[in-house]
Amino acid sequence: MSFFDQLIAFLYAAILASVPLLYGTLGEILIEKSGNLNLGVEGMMYLGAITGFLAAFLMESALMALLFAFLAGMAGAALYAFITVTLKANQNVTGLTLTIFGTGVANFIGETLKENYPAGTVVVADHVKRALLPLNMGALSDIPVAGRLLFSHSILTYLVVLIAIGMSLYLNRTRHGLNLRSVGENPAAADAVGINVSRYKYIHILLGGGICGLGGAYISLVTAVGNWQPNIVGGQGWIALALVIFSSWSPLRAVLGALIFGALSVLRLYIPKEVIDIPGAIFSMLPFVVTCLVLVISSIRMRRENQQPAGCGINYFREER
Amino acid sequence: MTEPTTAISLRGLTKAFGPVVANDRIDLDVHRGEILALLGENGSGKTTLMNMLSGIYQPDAGSILIHGKPVSIRSPKDAIDLGIGMIHQHFKLVDLFSARENILLGQGAKGGLSPDQVCARLGLKVDLDKKVYNMSVSEKQTVEILKVLTRGADVLILDEPTAVLTPQEIEALFDILRVMKQEGRAIVIITHKLEEVMDISDRVAVLHKGKNVGAIDTAQADRFVLTEMMVGRRVDLDIQRVPARVGDTILDVHQLCVTGSDGHQELQNVSFTLRAGEILGIAGVAGSGQKALCEAIAGLQEVSGGSILLDGKRIDGLSPREIIQRGVSLAFIPEDRLGMGLVGSMNIPDNLLLKSYRDQDGAFLSRKEAREQAREMVQRLDIATPNLTIPVRKLSGGNVQKVLLGREINLSPRVLITAYPVRGLDIGASMRIYDMLNEQKQKGVGVLFIGEDLDVLLSLCDRIAVLSSGRVRAIVDSRFATKQLLGMKMTGLTTDKEDAYA
Amino acid sequence: MPERATLIDRLHVVQRGELTPARTWAYRLLAVLGALVTGGLLLLFLGLNPFSVYATMLRGALGSAGMQKETIKLMIPLCLATLGVALAFKMRFWNIGGEGQICAGAIAASYFAYFHNGLPSWLLLIVMAVAAILAGGLWGLIPAYFKTRFGTNETLFTLMLNYIVMYFITYLREGPWRNPEGGFAAMPRFTKQARLPEVPIPGVGNVHIGWIVMLVMVVALFIYLRHTKQGYELTVVGENEMTARYAGMPVKKIVMRTMFISAGICGLVGMLQVSGPDRQLTDAVANGRGFTAVSVAWLARLSPGGILIVSFLFSVLQKGCSMMQTEYRIPASMSDILQGVILFFVLGSEFFIRYRIALRKEARA
Repeated sequence: MSFFDQLIAFLYAAILASVPLLYGTLGEILIEKSGNLNLGVEGMMYLGAITGFLAAFLMESALMALLFAFLAGMAGAALYAFITVTLKANQNVTGLTLTIFGTGVANFIGETLKENYPAGTVVVADHVKRALLPLNMGALSDIPVAGRLLFSHSILTYLVVLIAIGMSLYLNRTRHGLNLRSVGENPAAADAVGINVSRYKYIHILLGGGICGLGGAYISLVTAVGNWQPNIVGGQGWIALALVIFSSWSPLRAVLGALIFGALSVLRLYIPKEVIDIPGAIFSMLPFVVTCLVLVISSIRMRRENQQPAGCGINYFREER
Repeated sequence: MTEPTTAISLRGLTKAFGPVVANDRIDLDVHRGEILALLGENGSGKTTLMNMLSGIYQPDAGSILIHGKPVSIRSPKDAIDLGIGMIHQHFKLVDLFSARENILLGQGAKGGLSPDQVCARLGLKVDLDKKVYNMSVSEKQTVEILKVLTRGADVLILDEPTAVLTPQEIEALFDILRVMKQEGRAIVIITHKLEEVMDISDRVAVLHKGKNVGAIDTAQADRFVLTEMMVGRRVDLDIQRVPARVGDTILDVHQLCVTGSDGHQELQNVSFTLRAGEILGIAGVAGSGQKALCEAIAGLQEVSGGSILLDGKRIDGLSPREIIQRGVSLAFIPEDRLGMGLVGSMNIPDNLLLKSYRDQDGAFLSRKEAREQAREMVQRLDIATPNLTIPVRKLSGGNVQKVLLGREINLSPRVLITAYPVRGLDIGASMRIYDMLNEQKQKGVGVLFIGEDLDVLLSLCDRIAVLSSGRVRAIVDSRFATKQLLGMKMTGLTTDKEDAYA
Repeated sequence: MPERATLIDRLHVVQRGELTPARTWAYRLLAVLGALVTGGLLLLFLGLNPFSVYATMLRGALGSAGMQKETIKLMIPLCLATLGVALAFKMRFWNIGGEGQICAGAIAASYFAYFHNGLPSWLLLIVMAVAAILAGGLWGLIPAYFKTRFGTNETLFTLMLNYIVMYFITYLREGPWRNPEGGFAAMPRFTKQARLPEVPIPGVGNVHIGWIVMLVMVVALFIYLRHTKQGYELTVVGENEMTARYAGMPVKKIVMRTMFISAGICGLVGMLQVSGPDRQLTDAVANGRGFTAVSVAWLARLSPGGILIVSFLFSVLQKGCSMMQTEYRIPASMSDILQGVILFFVLGSEFFIRYRIALRKEARA
């Protein structure tokens, strides 16, 4: 393989790896814009992963798989929203609990499936997998370079890019987006002008959770090619949380951020051992090291704009004195 | 039972927060085309009452009638739909948004009145595309007024709107209110300042300890009647200026400059001296650099230029800890007492330990002495507390202030800095605090008094320095100064040359 | 607008005054009960009798001296790690990095166990413990430093550091520290000198000395928080940093010091784990305890005594679930689910402790 082919292959793999991260990041951006910090991204992705897998396996329908993954992420988010928005409990602990819970549920169902079906049969049917795996768009996909990089991806990859663009327009160009941002920045101000703070929070936490759930489905159906494995999400939800900071709450910058992190996570496979011989474990560490650096750097260059919504982490109670 | 001109009637409105009854069966009518002053001391329940009208609080009992019809106001949205608009004392604006975005916020696609039109009608000048975080308080207030008016409110409630304005800005605001009154709106203005009541209102309703003690026409009221209604007894409102026996300079601030974290110049070449046995007032619109000044002296804010000498020793650039270690005794009563100065969740003895725990030997901490001290202080300063174990944030504002002031005075300071020491306190408690400051002055302590009420500054302080946009515009002898003069200096309209006589 | 407010219209949420501690705990107990009922319904749904499953769990955790021993072995690292993170939480420093700090301590301790095991056992163990505390503490100092210097978000920072050190163990296992004799990539077992001595617990039997360390630490932490200047300082910093600065407290130093101790305790957990039950360094040395510790600390309201109780109950739950797995073939991840349910219920119950629903009385106008 020539160097150039190698490079294209690397970029392609980076895109593949970046998709679930981007789903998680976009979901969390929407949630944080409503003034809630949800540390349960990992949990919601697990819920989406197992439910999407289950639906694909049992119902043999890719559409159902995505629908159920979305609903499962939403269900996890609904639990979180009820406890933090309505019952006003600590957001950090609730999010963390959602992660423990989601991880538990996913692994539980996964193990139960393997217990109850003969070994090797817990696999998603081929035609379902094919619907979600990278598409072949004929002539378009055959265009050199661009065909590979732009026109031969999973439908979920195109969907996530659309979500990113749509979210960016929604947040910055619409009245509802403006209202949402005010809820996240200063719920008391939003409330005083008649915006229904709880409704805005609920809707966006739920939507965000659904988006995270889709990311989970991508992991179990595309990344793992329809084979369930324990601990399948493996910390990608946490990286997504860091990516939210990296992209400074901008859906478009999140696309870039996810690409960079995706590239980091597959870099090892594309650097020939003769060039740099670094053990695999050290490579796996890289995204986390970079996240730390990003955290530090973004805290050093503090700016008024591009910060976490000011209301994040604080529950709103109108009669608070 | 309702006259055609009655915009709002409150009947038996009651609201309690835990064991504290903030509003007790209040009846009140507001008419169209009038300005009603809602007068009462801090903590008398004025804001709570109006918050029930604007949908922030839900009443525990009672009814609200609008144009004679009972209504249920479940949220600010209901209030807006009923034509009620409230301008809160703490502005409810999104700092990151522009004025226009704040005004558009929450309005449907059809929107309300155009802010530009409203501005033109009332002669308001505001840059609608300016971000709120770049605005002065009076600009922010204008945005709040626009928010309410573009939503077509015909009942307007203003909570202490003048607290942060200069006398000139207050006049401008009152002019706007008079125009709106002419237009037939009902206006309620919450205040505890008698002069304003006399100046602007048609009628005045007085709250005392959560009860409505009566409403009268302003024309028939005078200061003494109103005070008595407000406080519940006859009080001497005059603050004494104890004759000063001024000693040597103990605090010398010279050419002090402070740069804020965002690069903004908080203080520019501020110079003044404070002598033993005098009270030096600092007047100025909120946000003119008072906070930076206090914190720079107390060692909490980095200084970018100039010097601060306390008792002849340089303390600029020193941390609070280092100042303590130098043996220079400086006490500081910050404006937000529970935000800085005290720990709200700790009890009185633990709060007293803040300044003294370091003097104990060894690694362990003994609370015995602090408990003794607390017991003594509670008695001496008449602090109302059920016991010594409840967190100080559960005490009333006046008692919280006594704990803080008591602790600082116990350290026998040479210099006492107080920032808005009576904010949120009722008249009785305020007078007690003024007395305590006067006692300190007589003991030969130099007191720096950051105030907001010009009347208080003029009667309590020996000299007053006026701060505007981080500069000292004038230092005047309060015996010869007037409010108008201070107000003019506060707006910072003077040229630098005129400052020279300071 | 209706002429007369409807019942729903008159309902609203208000803040409560102070509840007595007894009522507060009654609400929390009720929440736990609710969680167990919910878990029971889940078991019922799986076609199991919840009573017999719960009974099996209890038996599995406490039924015999041997089982009690196992439960206590689970409890030692959980309780200690919780004490560690709780100290940071008391200062409102969100140390979610217990997991990584445990690993860091384990690595440092293992270094001496693998490469300096010629020392006499008592000395080696002390060296290992000190190394573990230092390594854990230093690993915790990194986020503390950046937090104090630049205000870097410590929640995410400590979280990311977990993964870095966890992968570092994988690296050691696959590379430099790999046991050359083993068939697959694993690290060698410790020699006798590097193993913790066992001390009998009356009625239970021999358990490694960690249980004594645990009890000592519970008492020590209680005294540290309540009766020392440092404990007072960190509480003030946690409650109100501005006031701490105002009172002349060296806030940065306090944050770093507290975080060092917090992470150091977690580091010690790593040493106790490798040198006690594990007898070698593995990837699973922390095994999620750093995360569970966060929940336990919160449930116990950061009180050392409460931590002792809650970590015991959680260990019973975990041990019980592994029993459930062997007897009913229910995956052990059921333990995570039950933990989650319990936490959700207790989190939700806080609402009823702080607020109540009130009904507005209509006035007769």
